[in-house]
Parts: sequence; structure tokens; C-alpha cells
Amino acid sequence: MPLDKERLKRVPMRELSVEERIKTFNEVPLGYTEEEAIKEASRCLQCVKPFCVGGCPVGINIPAFIKAISKGEFEEALKIIRKANIIPAITGRVCPQEDQCEGRCVMHKIGDPINIGALERFIGDWALKHKSELFKVPEIPKKNKQVAVIGSGPAGIAAAADLAKMGYDVTMFEALHEPGGVLMYGIPEFRLPKRIVRSELEYLRKLGVEIKTNVLIGRTITLDELLKEFDAIFIGTGAGLPRFLGVPGENLNGIYSANEFLIRINLMRAFEFPEKSDTPIKVFGTVAVIGGGNVAMDAARSALRMGAEEVKIIYRRTEKEMPARAEEIRRAKEEGIQFKLLTQPIEFIGENGYVKKIKCIKMKLGEPDESGRRRPIPIPGSEFEEKADIVVLAVGQRPNTTVTFGTNNLKLTKWGTIWVNPETLETSIKGVFAGGDIVTGAATVISAMGAGRKAAKSINAFLSKQ
Amino acid sequence: MPFRILKKKILAPNIKKIIVKAPLIARKAKAGQFVILRVDEHGERIPLTLVDWNEKEGTITLIFQEVGVSTLKLGLLEEGDEIHDILGPVGNPGEYVRDQTICVVAGGVGIGAAYPRTKQLKELGNYIVSIIGARSAELLILEEEMKKYSDEIYITTDDGSKGRKGFVTEVLKELLEKGRKFDQVLSIGPPIMMKVTCDVTKPFGVKTIVSLNSMMVCGMGMCGACRVTVGGETKFTCVHGPEFDGHLVDFNELMMRLRMYKEEEQIALEKFKKNILVKSHASG
Ligand SMILES: Cc1cc2nc3c(=O)[nH]c(=O)nc-3n(C[C@H](O)[C@H](O)[C@H](O)COP(=O)(O)OP(=O)(O)OC[C@H]3O[C@@H](n4cnc5c(N)ncnc54)[C@H](O)[C@@H]3O)c2cc1C
Ligand SMILES: Cc1cc2nc3c(=O)[nH]c(=O)nc-3n(C[C@H](O)[C@H](O)[C@H](O)COP(=O)(O)OP(=O)(O)OC[C@H]3O[C@@H](n4cnc5c(N)ncnc54)[C@H](O)[C@@H]3O)c2cc1C
Ligand code: SF4
Ligand code: SF4
Ligand code: FES
Repeated sequence: MPLDKERLKRVPMRELSVEERIKTFNEVPLGYTEEEAIKEASRCLQCVKPFCVGGCPVGINIPAFIKAISKGEFEEALKIIRKANIIPAITGRVCPQEDQCEGRCVMHKIGDPINIGALERFIGDWALKHKSELFKVPEIPKKNKQVAVIGSGPAGIAAAADLAKMGYDVTMFEALHEPGGVLMYGIPEFRLPKRIVRSELEYLRKLGVEIKTNVLIGRTITLDELLKEFDAIFIGTGAGLPRFLGVPGENLNGIYSANEFLIRINLMRAFEFPEKSDTPIKVFGTVAVIGGGNVAMDAARSALRMGAEEVKIIYRRTEKEMPARAEEIRRAKEEGIQFKLLTQPIEFIGENGYVKKIKCIKMKLGEPDESGRRRPIPIPGSEFEEKADIVVLAVGQRPNTTVTFGTNNLKLTKWGTIWVNPETLETSIKGVFAGGDIVTGAATVISAMGAGRKAAKSINAFLSKQ
Repeated sequence: MPFRILKKKILAPNIKKIIVKAPLIARKAKAGQFVILRVDEHGERIPLTLVDWNEKEGTITLIFQEVGVSTLKLGLLEEGDEIHDILGPVGNPGEYVRDQTICVVAGGVGIGAAYPRTKQLKELGNYIVSIIGARSAELLILEEEMKKYSDEIYITTDDGSKGRKGFVTEVLKELLEKGRKFDQVLSIGPPIMMKVTCDVTKPFGVKTIVSLNSMMVCGMGMCGACRVTVGGETKFTCVHGPEFDGHLVDFNELMMRLRMYKEEEQIALEKFKKNILVKSHASG
């Protein structure tokens, strides 16, 4: 294909119309057809020095898989992706591509970067459609060694899959009643359909991984007890503990942490209350979501779909500093979500125990802080009130350290994350490895998955020496 | 692993006891801890105290009062039926103390939750004075069990159908006014009872421990649904509790938060009752 105008522009992806979207939890972007995927793939320049690969935390051979797509060789493309990434249907949907692979694509200089995420998703979906033939489980010679994986998020899934393929007997422990971690309880259906997560977990079971739900390590079984029964352990327990603002009125009825709000909807299916779910949720009138990350966008867009009349996002910096993906901000706006920027809640005001208003203060941006973003500073005397019938706090998450209960030797960092040797991901306890959000703090699906795979390699090295 | 109900007993109108197979939980349970369970695949996650457990048999005992859809559904399960999910034990075990004089104040279904702590504290060598109460005689549960582990026991009912007419907190107040010394009071029951207990003990400066029953979803610190204010700080009942220093607890906030879903609970209850009626017509 010549470098004509057409080649500079992305093949657009079809999306559900705004009217349809806000009434259901159906997925918004609809994915490429085979023709569209081939066309988009043909735009790739097949760079000799592909910068895109450097932007991918797991180093997928991006030009190679794209080339395979352009030739219509989808199975070949899948093989190439799977060498580095076992969950393309998921990462293709949720990776912050604009900061990673696509952010580095040279096409940026002259036009639209290649839609790498969409192509990866296309292959992931194609694989799921043809899964019976493709997901045949190979005969794996057993090593007769036991490995425990704690937590069933992307870090745990990746570690378990690799270890099972190497021939280890893998048992995965999950505290909740359904496995999948944030993929299941956090990221909403309209961004990541749960059937996709379930089918990845199904593949894990086919590989022989035993998944035990309702087991909270640290309480039901301690790490020390696991060490007696398993030859090695991987910890991938995530950063699932909600932060609060610590301002007056925060415990009024109608104020949720984003985690509670999303767990009620995604895991407990509160949108089917009372017909097919016993778990209620309150969403009505004006919903205010505090925060500017992906979690805030997910909560705001979920609130809209749950029937809120009006949804606003309250964020203390400007849109430029928002950590949420550009695409999600765009979609939130399209759906009519309002943005109240440079605004910080300082008090929640209630009536009969239920929140009614938020007292806010206006902010301005000062010097950049440690994160490199400009620090918000309150403007004295600028207090005002915003109406809110429901509030969702999406102001960050902390590491989940329940796993350390009853264990003395696991070293933590000053941030409460688990300390690991950066080379091997081994913790301060021999034979215990850790990765994902529990080590890095809240990060991304693909980095958690990458850590799980890295730990699997180290575990293999560790157990091979024994 | 199926959580099968091995035994079921009706203790009082709407109060049931079940013994459930749950070996991993039975192995680890300590007095003061609880479980989070989901009756069926549509079920809510609800907390229930571990009343008893048998490591050898791999069983746990739960006692619950039917107050809404989840507990009514649980009450419909029979011996041989399975509970979909049980997570536990969760929450912190109660504090071990020895050689003290402890007053246990418990009301209603809260006696179920107070029983394992009473037994444990007695076995640790404490002198136990129990004050237990219910609305009426037929609603009073675990009387024999509580007697067995108490050095002294007082019983009250709201209507006077058994023991003294009145509230448990009135007996406590009298004892304190008469100069009885307690090293601590352990109060488990409806929030209003725990609040009044704290109001009674405060002027006497008696340490008072309460076991809070906030609404919960995850039971492991992930959601914040169970948050309460203790000593001006937000705490999660499931990971920091359920037992707290009662004199520091904001009970008004706790009671307000327990009312959050009043309307929804009513809707669910009506729908549930209608379905039950339809089913019993169909089968009858
Ligand atoms: C709402 C939301 C939206 C997001 N959107 C994106 C996005 O678009 N793109 C992106 O890349 N990233 C996104 N993220 C971040 C991403 O989901 C996480 O970085 C990733 O899931 C971390 O994976 P993990 O395996 O380390 O942990 P998690 O996914 O958190 O999984 C940890 C699991 O361990 C379990 N667990 C915890 N403690 C124990 C214990 N003691 N015993 C047993 N089990 C335990 C937990 O229940 C959980 O299931 C989002 C996060 C949230 C909350
Ligand atoms: C740590 C802990 C231990 C508990 N142990 C026991 C126990 O051993 N036995 C037992 O019967 N109950 C116990 N509870 C209370 C029990 O969890 C609730 O009664 C149950 O969740 C109600 O669910 P439902 O769907 O049946 O009723 P819902 O429809 O949710 O509620 C019906 C009525 O009960 C009230 N209610 C709801 N949740 C609670 C609650 N957490 N505490 C008190 N009232 C509530 C509502 O305000 C409403 O009036 C415990 C609670 C906690 C937090
Ligand atoms: S895994 Fe994520 S970052 Fe890597 S190529 Fe795929 S979409 Fe890009
Ligand atoms: S940088 Fe862009 S154009 Fe070059 S190989 Fe990667 S995706 Fe293709
Ligand atoms: S119930 Fe979720 S934090 Fe306590």
C-alpha cells in the first residue's frame, strides 16, 4: 500500500451508539471485521527498528503479528502474540495503548498510529471463536512439584498458566467467590465482557490448574502453612483496598468507595436486583464521582447505565493531568458525563443520614510534585456546594496485605507493598515469589501479567535447582 | 468443596441453628470470628458469627435470625442441602484475657455470637457474670449453654415472660450501682443494646467491648461497606473488628448505615414472599 492519505488514517472501529450504550452494559467498541483488520494491519510500515515493541511491557513482536494479519494468517498471528501474551482478548481491550505500544508507533509523526490494541483484540476474539481447535491442551510431562498461586487476577492467571504448561501441579487460591481479580469485579462489562474473562479461566482449568475460591490466605490458611505443602508460592493479591478522603460526612449513606460500587455491580450483579440478584445498590438522581483515573471513568459510566439522571466527575486537577485513558475520557464525555475540574470535596453534607450535597473548594495548579504532575492548591474563600444524591470515591487503592497475616518473615516496603528481588521477584521468604499490583501498587493488567510470567520463570529456575 | 448442611434445628420462632461441613474453616476458627456466606448463586454476601466448630468433624455451627431475604433463604435450606459459598474465618479473634471478672451482656440472636466468647473466656479462667435477654421467653436462645459457662447468670425479657421484666442493660446498671466491679464488659446484640450498655458503663469507667454488626460485602477489607467511626477514625469492621472499644464507637452512625437499604430490603422481601406463595400453591 502506498503512503497515500488513506494509509495515514486509522480504519475506524464501529461503536455502539450513545443512545444504545447508556441503556445497557453491552460492550461499546464492536471490534474489527476480518476485512477491517487486514486493512488496518496493511497500514503498518514494518519498521526495521520497531519502536512500538519497546512500548509494550511484555515485548510482543508487534510487526510480525501485524504482518501475519495483513496476509490473513490469523492463527500465525495468534502464535506470535501468545509467545509473550496469553490474554490478547483482554489486553487488546484494556491496555493503555496510547502510553504504551501505540504511543511509540512511528506513524504518529505523519498520521494515526497503528491501532495495535484493536488488532490484538481482533486476534484474541478470533481465537476465542475457534477455541475448540486452538486451545487443545498439549500433553505435559508432570514434574510432580506443587506450586500455589494466591490471587486470581492477571498476575496470578499468567503465573498459573505458565507453571502448568511447564508441568507443575498448580493450585490457585482466591478469596472471593469468583476468580478473575479486577478483571471480574472491577472493570465493567461494557469495557471487558465477563464471558471473555471466564473463557480465559476455563483454559486455565483445562491446563490442569485447580482453582479454589472462598479461601482467604492469611485467614483460612496462612502462608506458613502453605509453605509446608507447596514447593513454591506465587503471591498476586493486588491493590484492592480503597482509599478514602478523610473529610467530614464521608460515612453518610449513599457514599461508596469505587470498589464497593463496582463490586456490587460487576461481581454481585446489582443491576439484576431484585429479580436475579439479592444485592441492592442505590443509584438515582445526581451521581458525583470523585477522581480522575480509569476507576473513576468506570464508576461514572456504570452509574449512568444504572439509571442516574446526571453524572459528574469531580477532579482536583485539569483534564490534562487525569490518569484515565484518553479514549475512556472521550467516551465518558460522549455519554454526557460532566467534568468539574480543579475542584476538591472538603465535606459531605447529608439529610436524614443520606448525602445531599458536597462542599467543594476550587483549586489551582502549582509546581509539579513527585509524580511530575502539577500539584493542586486550594484557593482560599472559593468554597461552593454541588448537589449529589450518590457519591462514589475513586481516589486510589492500596495494596492488599491480608496475605501477610500470621506470617512474620515477609518483608514489606514503606508503601505497604511486598518487597521483592527485582531480578527474580522472589520475596524475603525463600521459595515465595510475588508480582502485580501487590508489588508495584496499582498499575496495569499487562504489567501484572508480565510479572506473573517473570515469576513463573524464576519459580521454574528455583525448583529445577532443587 | 460443598458446604453441606448436616444438621438443622429451630431454636425459636425465626431463629435457626445449622451445622455445616466446612473443614478448612473449622480448623482455623477462633472465638469472635465470623464467616461471609452466599446462600445461592444469586445470593448476597452476608456475615454470620462462628458460634461453634468441630475440627475433627470438620463442621461449623451458625445461628441466624430470619430478618430479610438472605436469612429467610438460608432458613429454607434443609439437612443435605448446600450453601453456595462460605468464606472464613474472617475478622479478628476476640482478645484473650485471664483471671478477670467479666460481664457478658447479650441480647436476642446476639446471644449466639456471645456464646463462643463466653465459653472461651470461662475456659481461660475468668469469672463470668452473664446477663442475657430477649423480647419474650420463646425467643431466648442458648440458655443452658450460657449457664454452663457462667458463674452467675441473669435473664431478662421485655414482656416479663421469663426472668426479670425489662432490658439487660437495666440489670447491668443495678449491678454497677450496687458496687459490683467488672474488669470488662462484653456486649453483643442489637446496636441499640450495645449503645445503651456503653452509656451505662461509661460513668463507671468500665472497659466495654462491643461486637459490631455493620453491613458487609467483601469481608476482607476491599470495599469499605462495613466502615464505622471509632475514636474519630474510620475503621473497617471486617478487618479491624468486629470487636471494638465501645466507648469510642459512633453508634448513631452505625445505626444510620444499617438503615441504608431499608426500601430495597422491603422490595426484595415482598418479591420473595410472593414467589414463596406461588411455589407453595404450585406444589400444594
Ligand atoms: C475499576 C478498575 C479499572 C481498571 N482499568 C484498567 C485498564 O483499563 N487497563 C489496565 O491495564 N488496568 C486497569 N486497571 C488496573 C488493573 O486491573 C490492575 O493493575 C490489575 O488487575 C492488577 O492485577 P493483579 O493480578 O496484580 O491483582 P488483582 O487483579 O487485583 O487480583 C488480585 C486478586 O487476589 C485476591 N486476593 C487478595 N488477597 C487475597 C488473599 N489473601 N487470599 C486469596 N486471594 C486474595 C483478590 O480477591 C483478587 O481477586 C483497573 C483497575 C480497576 C480497579
Ligand atoms: C460480624 C457480623 C456477625 C453477625 N453475626 C450474626 C449471627 O451470628 N446471626 C445473625 O442472625 N445475624 C448476624 N449478623 C447480622 C446478619 O449479617 C444480618 O442479619 C443479615 O445480613 C441480614 O440479611 P438479610 O438479607 O436476611 O436481611 P436484610 O434484608 O438485609 O435486612 C433485614 C433487616 O435486618 C437489618 N439488618 C441488615 N443487616 C444487618 C446487620 N448486619 N446487623 C443487624 N441488622 C441488620 C436491616 O436493617 C433490616 O431491618 C452479623 C453481622 C455481622 C456484621
Ligand atoms: S499487550 Fe498491550 S501494550 Fe503490548 S502490544 Fe498488546 S496492547 Fe500494546
Ligand atoms: S512502529 Fe508502528 S508502523 Fe512501525 S512496526 Fe510498529 S506498529 Fe508498525
Ligand atoms: S466488608 Fe468490605 S471492607 Fe469490610
